[in-house]
Amino acid sequence: MSETVSPKKTKQEHERSTSLRQELLIPSLAVISGLIIGAIIIAVSGASVVDAYGALFKGSFGSLSEFIAGIKSFTATGDQTELLKAIYPFTESLVAATPYILAGLSVAIGFRCGLFNIGAEGQLLIGSLCAVFVGYSVKSLPAFIHLPLSLLAGAAGGAVWGMVPGYLKARFGAHEVVNTIMMNWIAFRLSDWLLSGPMKSPGFRPVTQNVLATAELPRFFAAPLRFNWGFVIALIVAYGVYWFLFKTTLGFEIRSVGANPDAAKYAGMNIIRNFVFVMALAGGLAGLAGATQVLGVDHWVGQGFSAGYGFDAIALALLGKSHPFGVVLAALLFGFLRSGATDMQSMAGIPIDIISIIQGLIIVFIAAPDIIRWIYRIRTAKKDEMVLTRGWG
Amino acid sequence: MTNTKTLITPASAKRAQILYGVVLIVLGLLIYLLFVRTTEAGVTTTFGLNLANAQAIKVPDLVVPAQATVLAMAAIAIFVGAYQLARGIPSTSTLIGVIAVTFIIAFLTWSAQDKSFSLTGMLSSSLVRATPIALAALCGVISERSAVINIGIEGIMLMAAQVAVVTATVSGNLYVGLVSAIIVGGLVAAFHAYLVIHFKVDQTISSVAINIIGTGTTSFISSRFLQKATDTLNNSGTFPIISIPVLSKIPVLGPVLFENNIIVYLMLLLVVIMNIVIFYTPWGLRTRAVGEHPKAADTLGVNVYLVRYVNVIIGGMIAGLGGAYFTIGSVGRFDEVMTSGKGFIGMAAMIFGKWNPIGAFTSSLIFGFADSLQVKLQILKVPIPSEFLLMAPYIVTMIILTGVVGRAIPPAADGKPYEK
Repeated sequence: MSETVSPKKTKQEHERSTSLRQELLIPSLAVISGLIIGAIIIAVSGASVVDAYGALFKGSFGSLSEFIAGIKSFTATGDQTELLKAIYPFTESLVAATPYILAGLSVAIGFRCGLFNIGAEGQLLIGSLCAVFVGYSVKSLPAFIHLPLSLLAGAAGGAVWGMVPGYLKARFGAHEVVNTIMMNWIAFRLSDWLLSGPMKSPGFRPVTQNVLATAELPRFFAAPLRFNWGFVIALIVAYGVYWFLFKTTLGFEIRSVGANPDAAKYAGMNIIRNFVFVMALAGGLAGLAGATQVLGVDHWVGQGFSAGYGFDAIALALLGKSHPFGVVLAALLFGFLRSGATDMQSMAGIPIDIISIIQGLIIVFIAAPDIIRWIYRIRTAKKDEMVLTRGWG
Repeated sequence: MTNTKTLITPASAKRAQILYGVVLIVLGLLIYLLFVRTTEAGVTTTFGLNLANAQAIKVPDLVVPAQATVLAMAAIAIFVGAYQLARGIPSTSTLIGVIAVTFIIAFLTWSAQDKSFSLTGMLSSSLVRATPIALAALCGVISERSAVINIGIEGIMLMAAQVAVVTATVSGNLYVGLVSAIIVGGLVAAFHAYLVIHFKVDQTISSVAINIIGTGTTSFISSRFLQKATDTLNNSGTFPIISIPVLSKIPVLGPVLFENNIIVYLMLLLVVIMNIVIFYTPWGLRTRAVGEHPKAADTLGVNVYLVRYVNVIIGGMIAGLGGAYFTIGSVGRFDEVMTSGKGFIGMAAMIFGKWNPIGAFTSSLIFGFADSLQVKLQILKVPIPSEFLLMAPYIVTMIILTGVVGRAIPPAADGKPYEK
């Protein structure tokens, strides 16, 4: 290369700062564009966008005036009820974000290794079933054993469900996309059977029994607030995944296999072992997502428990650029969207499926940053695009 | 793309040989333990060869002694397994075939002992149930032959299914629904093609986005509009059965092949046409060249982008036809997420069929068979929970992908964007 060292350095630095800005800019613009198109769809379907997004905002954050009134009544009389009522929507959003963080990490860690885990939904469902089973069937244990045991059961169940496609991929070259989807359907049918037979609680509805109090994740506030330790666990796990991926040898191996499997192979890394391990880890994270949801929020499992988490998780991993911290931010965003969308459905009559459409659009915009650059006239900054999936290999 | 062949070493081939041999012997023993011992001696199983309302000439039903048949299947499985261990059978497909056939015959004979089981009805419903899978597989074949992966078939079919039923109900004409479904399929595929060819978006990601948008849009429209106005928007009726004169009189084959609705016939026609187009026309040659070595094709003056656009869009139109099957071809109304993974099963059928239209169709029949088997077994009241029977098509997909994909080689450039 004929270039001198110093200008090249400054050019690199310049590129790094632009790319960092773009890394935040493009996802934000993608989210905004998704919301705008969502608004157009709402308008076309004959509803008021202001009402819909108003309900969405109020449902996800709560209203400021109620919050101030709550603080006033708390400081004046020491009565918490008003204040708790005011922060209810906000904490519900955090509750919704908890499984998103873990499920998003599940897909993200797969992407890091060049594996596309569409099976987070099935893994989450199996995880929740395992957690609820240990939660209600193992009796007379103290909480400090029972709770971790239930969480572990969830993670283990998900790990097994993820490991199967990982092994089939590594050993036989069977594509993980199709296999994880098949595992999802098998999980749905299995859960239908478990909920209507072996794990059914006495009564009419096909639901499991409630977990025992010793297996419940403690909540921070009095009912009806459901905000619990699951959120903290999710944040700790996110940091753990970050540490694992970027500070350990095994994490480096995984990222190498994802970036260039041939090079990793010639460097003496065991691709098969990495595939199986990563899919098990991904499944474990998704299973833990199910476990925190069931032990912290619902306390029982019913039909349709896992609906939509798998595809949401893909959007989260893409939105967070497969970085654990990015996934946490994206999960918070989706948590607020989902939690608000429930209000939007009940108050403005907009089906919650609009969120899926917005999420799909966000994926398109993130995966095709050129569209965003073209719409908003942003100059291109060349950088290493991460390889996400690799065909039928 | 990593080369999967590098993962298959002589040692792993040897292990695979032993694995299949052991699986076959275990299967034989299982058939013996599970079925032979629970089949009463002297009982027969009747396989019905006539359909009640069919025009075909009646033939006598097939009556077999139940215990002897099941025992024979166990013996065949054990014998083939022993032969595989001793000498080795090179064709994995043959092995899987033996596993499937012995198990299915033994299982059917066992579950229908002392009863009558309509074999013709079973085959007929296999073909019908294979139709959307085959159309999804054909969509995959034509776009992947030009090196564009499309996992979004599920989403395309959902959207097409919904559009078909709504347009057919509103216009009162099923053919309007059929044409709209095909157009919608083409449009969505064009969107996919634009993303992956023009913007070079990761093909799997783009497809998944299409699936999410497809599921979201159809569920949104369904819960906001269709559920409130079922009669005026979501109640189209279905295509009538067309009996082909003379041919429908053939016993067994007649009712299976020549008494179907228009979508099934179109599917059969498309299998033949696609096979001719891909392997015997200049366009097919260009398509395969673009799929194997786009740079060489480009050098020879083939417009790589044009070939890819056209093939992906035609694939989308075929998937749109497959979507129409779900509503105006079978039940006459739209339900949320009614495709239930058929698009993905079509992908597996495509791989099992080695990216070849005839092969894709044949493997779709296997899935159609697995699908209709679980329905028939529920009717027979087999002592297995229906949820497990419903798992069958998915498990079969996984087994087939696992057993075959190492030997099925995709087009060399499959999934890679082309840059001039």
